[in-house]
Amino acid sequence: MTNQIQIPVQTRSIAQVFDIEKPLDLRSRRRFNEIIIQGFLYFCGGFSILTTLGIVYELGKEALLFFRTGGVNLLKFFTGTRWQPQAFEFGILPLATATLVTTAIAMLIALPLGLCVAIYLSEYASPRKRSILKPILEILAGIPTVVYGYFALTFMTPFLRSLFGRDVVEIYNTASAGIVMGILILPLITSMSEDALSAVPRSLREAAYGLGATRLETAVKIVVPAALSGIAAAFIIGISRAIGETMIVALAAGAGPNFTFNPFQPAETMTGHIVRISGGDISYDSIDYNSIFAIGLLLFFMTLGLNLISQRIVRRFREVYE
Amino acid sequence: MTGPSQPEAIPGETISLQESRRLAKRHKMGRAWYVLFQAATMVGIIALATLLLKIIDQSFGYVAFENEVDPQSLAVDGVLIEDLPKEALVQILQDNISVGVFRRLESEKPFNERSRSDVYDLVVQRVVEPKVVHTWPLSVSLLQRSSVLAEAGEKYPEAYITFVSWIDPQFVTSPQSSDPVLAGVRTAILGSLWTIMITILIAFPLGVGTAIYLQEYAHDNRINRLIQTNINNLAGVPSIIYGMLGLAIFVRSLGAITSGSAFGVGDPSTANGRTILSAGLTLALLILPVIIINGQEAIRAVPASLRQASYGLGATRWQTVWHHVLPNPIPGILTGAILAISRAIGETAPLVVVGASTFITFDPTGPFAKFTTLPIQIYQWTSRPQPEFRNIAAAAILVLLILLLSLNASAVLLRNRFSRRI
Repeated sequence: MTNQIQIPVQTRSIAQVFDIEKPLDLRSRRRFNEIIIQGFLYFCGGFSILTTLGIVYELGKEALLFFRTGGVNLLKFFTGTRWQPQAFEFGILPLATATLVTTAIAMLIALPLGLCVAIYLSEYASPRKRSILKPILEILAGIPTVVYGYFALTFMTPFLRSLFGRDVVEIYNTASAGIVMGILILPLITSMSEDALSAVPRSLREAAYGLGATRLETAVKIVVPAALSGIAAAFIIGISRAIGETMIVALAAGAGPNFTFNPFQPAETMTGHIVRISGGDISYDSIDYNSIFAIGLLLFFMTLGLNLISQRIVRRFREVYE
Repeated sequence: MTGPSQPEAIPGETISLQESRRLAKRHKMGRAWYVLFQAATMVGIIALATLLLKIIDQSFGYVAFENEVDPQSLAVDGVLIEDLPKEALVQILQDNISVGVFRRLESEKPFNERSRSDVYDLVVQRVVEPKVVHTWPLSVSLLQRSSVLAEAGEKYPEAYITFVSWIDPQFVTSPQSSDPVLAGVRTAILGSLWTIMITILIAFPLGVGTAIYLQEYAHDNRINRLIQTNINNLAGVPSIIYGMLGLAIFVRSLGAITSGSAFGVGDPSTANGRTILSAGLTLALLILPVIIINGQEAIRAVPASLRQASYGLGATRWQTVWHHVLPNPIPGILTGAILAISRAIGETAPLVVVGASTFITFDPTGPFAKFTTLPIQIYQWTSRPQPEFRNIAAAAILVLLILLLSLNASAVLLRNRFSRRI
């Protein structure tokens, strides 16, 4: 044995490895596949804008054609009380009032119930109960709307007829459509309100209990006011959802515009009319085809407006706690 | 309230009495509202239960049939048609239906290749021709059996009563028919599957791409804030508006592409663009915002330290995203996508507007075929006035709900399985 420690011989010098002849290039290399991928991602980002532009452009174009047709004008469209394409009368009011009636009934059902359920889930229910109840409500939210339409027609209408009398309640009516729509919107209101309620910090509740408030007083006088912006947003989103809801009203509310506020009468809503007209073989460039796009544009702006208002409420009036 | 400075001024007992009365009132109020809150929750559960029970109630039950031809009269030499050999059954068919219909059946599948039970079914359908005259829901059939039988005997003396399960293997595997007893949802299920496949192929890459762009690439500037607001608003646009967009763009403007005639593969009967492809694209636009928002939420949960570590080692942005960020939110992204897809499967209104076929009996052959889907089928059957169509609508709803339930269950399983590992 030698005293010398064997040092492994470096087979390649550093100069060889890094090729010192040329200075080391630290600039990032061009990677073509990454450029392609980034291009795709930017396209994805822009795509949603294209969708919105597409909606506004296509609906706007056809609506413009509709309003350019002789005998149709904006004033008559918004104030006319008869919608009869055969007689060339296009007043949106009968369709709009039906939408209003179904939406109002739906919100009368969904808001109080949804708020009560949200308060129960967030303030009263034990974690175990909540873990059972929340999935049940989620099932309710996951059922397709056409199934609710079936339910309205085969259960709610006969139920209302047996309750109020067959001569009062027609086979197709806005009340049963509205009530079932309320059940449909209930989970939406509940989950949005519950999110708002649970976001209220614990310290507020503890302070209320510390002052001797009961659980109800804490919930109603402290937690609900603190979460009011979220609840208001849920309410408005609910309205927007009810206005755009189609299958329930198409099946249960009746086919044929009817200018009435009586919830037991049949009346066709804006969405119901679009579905009925486009369900048949509709020919392009006919006044029918153009008219449903005018209704669609109005519908789009109504729901867009409501959504923007709800976003603004959340941003403007949210109480921020440290 | 009494100030602590003058406790002796008012008799203490009276105050505590007053206070305890008020306290009792407050507690009573609290209990009453507690009951009310519970009742509201119960209303939701009752609504769900009623809905499901109503559908099950309509899917089964007694049915009164009346035969066009008495099967007894078809018996040959005293042998009932149930026991006749195949050749005799073919003979009965030949004798009782028109030559044209017989020839069409023969050309569909030659009789010597058909099985005996197949020919027997044909005899029952074409010759005996049972017609539904009345149906009873399951609850009535079970609880008031005797009164059902009595009513049937009184009102329909010609009819015979059988217990029918409207949903059965035959219902799932047979194509649409104008006869509710023979009608099935095969065409509709295949149409739904084709449509959803196209929806997934388009919406998933686009949606995940947008989510990655917004979370990993986008700077906080005006354009990207606009994109974000825009996506939130698109999520709130009613589904029927997407249907109109699809009608205007995919069916009308791009009709040559969506009907396949631009590639020379289209079926001339679908030249108007009302095809599976149009429907799939429309639904893709509809669920895109949902996939994006869910994907963003999942990606947002990845800690920044992971990205910083990757950048620190000199990885590029895409290497960081692909190798280090994306593997973590994949379960979240997939769960969100499955929920979006189950929403798309249940959508009806946009497909009616895009132009689903009202009546087709043949299976869809590809993306350029005419289509119908399960919800469309339910919608059409429900809107018919005859009660037996309500029965098959209920059976179709059961099929749809089972499909959705299994999809959602797979989403939950996926979430549980992957969330344990990471």
